[in-house]
Amino acid sequence: MKNIAPKLPAEQYEKNFMDLHPPFTNNSAVAEANRCLYCYDSPCMKACPTHIDISTFIKKISTGNLLGSAKTIYESNWVPLTCAKACPVAVLCEGACVFNAKGERPIEIGRLQRFAIENYFEKDMPALFQKLPKNGKSVGIVGSGPAGLACSAELSLMGYEVTIYEANKIPGGLNTWGIAPYKMRREDSLKEVELVKSFGVDLKTEVMIGKTITVDDLLKKHDAVFLGVGLGESPQLSIPGEDLTGVVGALDFIEKVKTENWEDVHVGKSVAVIGAGNTSIDAATEAKRLGADHVYIIYRRSDIEMSAYDFEYELAKKDGIVFHFLTSPKRIIGKDFVEGIECLKMKLGEPDNRGKRKSVPIPGSEFIIPVDMIIKAIGQETKSNFLSSIPKITLDDEGCVIVDPTTYQTNNPTIFAGGDCINGGKEVVNAAYDGKRAAYGIDKFLSIPKGGK
Amino acid sequence: MVDLSINCAGIKSPNPFWLASAPPSNSAYQNCKAFEQGWGGTVWKTIGEPVMNVFNRYGGLDYNGQKIFGLNNIELISDRPIEINLKEIAETKKLWPDRAVVVSLMVESKRETWHEIVKRTIDTGCDGIELNYGCPHGMSERGMGAAVGQVPEYCKMITEWVTEVSTIPVLVKLTPNVSNIQLPARAAKAAGAHGISLINTINSIIGVNLDTFELRPNVGGLGGHGGYAGPAVKPIALHLLSQVAIDTEVNLPISGIGGISNWRDALEFILLGASSVQVCTAVMHYGFRIVEDMIEGMSNWMESKGITSLDQIRGKSLSRINDFGNFDLLNKTIARIDQKKCIHCNLCYIACEDTAHQCIDLTEENGNSKTEVREKDCVGCALCSLVCPVENCISMVRIDDGSASKTWNQLNEEFRKSGKQMTWENLAEFQHKHGIEIH
Repeated sequence: MKNIAPKLPAEQYEKNFMDLHPPFTNNSAVAEANRCLYCYDSPCMKACPTHIDISTFIKKISTGNLLGSAKTIYESNWVPLTCAKACPVAVLCEGACVFNAKGERPIEIGRLQRFAIENYFEKDMPALFQKLPKNGKSVGIVGSGPAGLACSAELSLMGYEVTIYEANKIPGGLNTWGIAPYKMRREDSLKEVELVKSFGVDLKTEVMIGKTITVDDLLKKHDAVFLGVGLGESPQLSIPGEDLTGVVGALDFIEKVKTENWEDVHVGKSVAVIGAGNTSIDAATEAKRLGADHVYIIYRRSDIEMSAYDFEYELAKKDGIVFHFLTSPKRIIGKDFVEGIECLKMKLGEPDNRGKRKSVPIPGSEFIIPVDMIIKAIGQETKSNFLSSIPKITLDDEGCVIVDPTTYQTNNPTIFAGGDCINGGKEVVNAAYDGKRAAYGIDKFLSIPKGGK
Repeated sequence: MVDLSINCAGIKSPNPFWLASAPPSNSAYQNCKAFEQGWGGTVWKTIGEPVMNVFNRYGGLDYNGQKIFGLNNIELISDRPIEINLKEIAETKKLWPDRAVVVSLMVESKRETWHEIVKRTIDTGCDGIELNYGCPHGMSERGMGAAVGQVPEYCKMITEWVTEVSTIPVLVKLTPNVSNIQLPARAAKAAGAHGISLINTINSIIGVNLDTFELRPNVGGLGGHGGYAGPAVKPIALHLLSQVAIDTEVNLPISGIGGISNWRDALEFILLGASSVQVCTAVMHYGFRIVEDMIEGMSNWMESKGITSLDQIRGKSLSRINDFGNFDLLNKTIARIDQKKCIHCNLCYIACEDTAHQCIDLTEENGNSKTEVREKDCVGCALCSLVCPVENCISMVRIDDGSASKTWNQLNEEFRKSGKQMTWENLAEFQHKHGIEIH
């Protein structure tokens, strides 16, 4: 990089990446839990994609039944610590809280869930569920992200022999590698992995299906396979200068930040993030918190069309991120290193076939933003190469695996899938739900006697 | 301008708010500080026999995060010698001539002892005497406090010993730990008392520690019953107050006590017949400063109602107290839910469905739950409106026109006249005639 932002004192990094939402103390958790109305058939529960019985787990916090509270949460969700810290609660459970309609502050459900689960881990994870005896059947899980973990936990308790194959050295998928450190640290995700392992799940890391083990061998070895492989690389911007030093993918950048070796992650003095989704905001705020002087988000449509949540937008603005809306990158300028980005001003046109208004360039509106680093955050592509190598599964136009919506079974009856690889990229909580539901699908499939109907 | 001044059995104060005889009114320092902040009077913490307290004296009952919803204590009467108290009482009264200084007394049950303490107390220049017949712990085991209040004969005897020498008003403070509060009140009246104070604290054990199995408060591993006070006891106090206030055999001014925390509580006591009100737990929780809001809130309320003196409202709600047999059986009210205000917590549904009369339907509309009262089945019990967290969302609406009024007593009389027995069948016929279906 041409101009690397100077490194910060160690305590400044820790301050910058401190919890956005600090934990409750015991008293404050009980006070907040007592504020909950204990609604019946509550709207928050319906709004949670995993349908956690929220008012019940909160009631249990108020009575001091913290183990019971954790159990209520785990009955619906196997990665509740990650969900508590990374879920967009304002648009899910807390957004549905009846207090909103009452004109009052919603219950802090995310923080209460964190309180219950952190207490559970502090108490060294006493067993909450009885494992059924082994049924002699085996399931292979590809990927140890939230979908894979949820599926593994559920199947393992049902008595299946479960093996997870994880390509990375450190497991947890995006829970470990993709969540901004001021929301959640890596160790939290690893605790959730440990819990699932404690059910007897065999976790094999640094195993790449298709390389370390062939797809054929995988299918032969197990009675069923679950694919929770997530997504792949950021797509190319397809503009000149993209190969200059200083152009990085958002996921690669965030993954580096998640090593928590702050000093080793170089950021430019000026950074441009291309795209305005939630990942873009993460990348931009992380760059800023690593010491970048100027961070810009460049998006070709307006703030109305951007997919970042309001609270993420607010966070970015608070961090001093400058938004260039209706701006499209034209080319990256520089000799060996990135020196700037030339952009075009845009205006909004007619809606496209998805209903999003198209952005149309304004001729002659070119301008240059001098930057040292460019982070590409315009979404992720599916792992189409890998997925096409799997026999008899079908992909949709976007490259997502097509599954039955209730059983999560693919076209290949022994293969099931869930998480980002079937939805193109949603929340952790959606993946957790898919994994759990797929486990039921797998159990249903494997419970049919061979040769029977 | 409104006038908050009161006269309770000849004891006058610029407002009805007195400190109750308790830890807050233990010393000249405390009582003078309270007067500075606006308290109208004080009942000096009970003086009398030598006592020694234990260190841990209070236990709090918290509820849903609210601290000290109830407070229990095992503190005894003043643990300072009589001489010091009497000296401080005299000094305080001299400094604050316009405030009511009442002195609470408790000595052994000997006529001479009572005569002596009463005379010495009057010498301080105080405005009145309150006889502590209520203390339920520590003193009662020694034949004082509640041990007196629970036996009308003792109550009468000792009160007579006091009234026969007293030249100032005598209030008798009653214990609620009796089955009929009117009996000791009548005994006090018969003995010449000038007024009644009630209630003293209620016998209680505040709780058990689930780790150590010890009681709270815990004195070196031991505990026992203590006196219960605070907001939680207010409804009991209001009832006992009303029982004494409506008793024509008593007919004495009353100083109301029991869970009064603010001007609203105070007004309820006054509406049920209290002349002054005494406060303890609320000041123990927040300090003397709460009196500012009590005075201001009560004044503002009176002004808004066009009331200029508390005499205009004292006992005004007593005429509403009646027997169940005189309540109108055909005064039909039902619950109505304002769908625009509903926040879909469904608490009304589950309360009615599980514990009342299963007359709220839970359905789904536009992705939201919808709760609706089946009006023909609603018995108007009001539980749903009580659990509803939204103001004025569920209202209890009267649906009869009042023309068919009938009380239980009238119905029995009607049956008797027409030669009918009070049987389930005859009752069902009456209900059916008036469109009431019990299912």
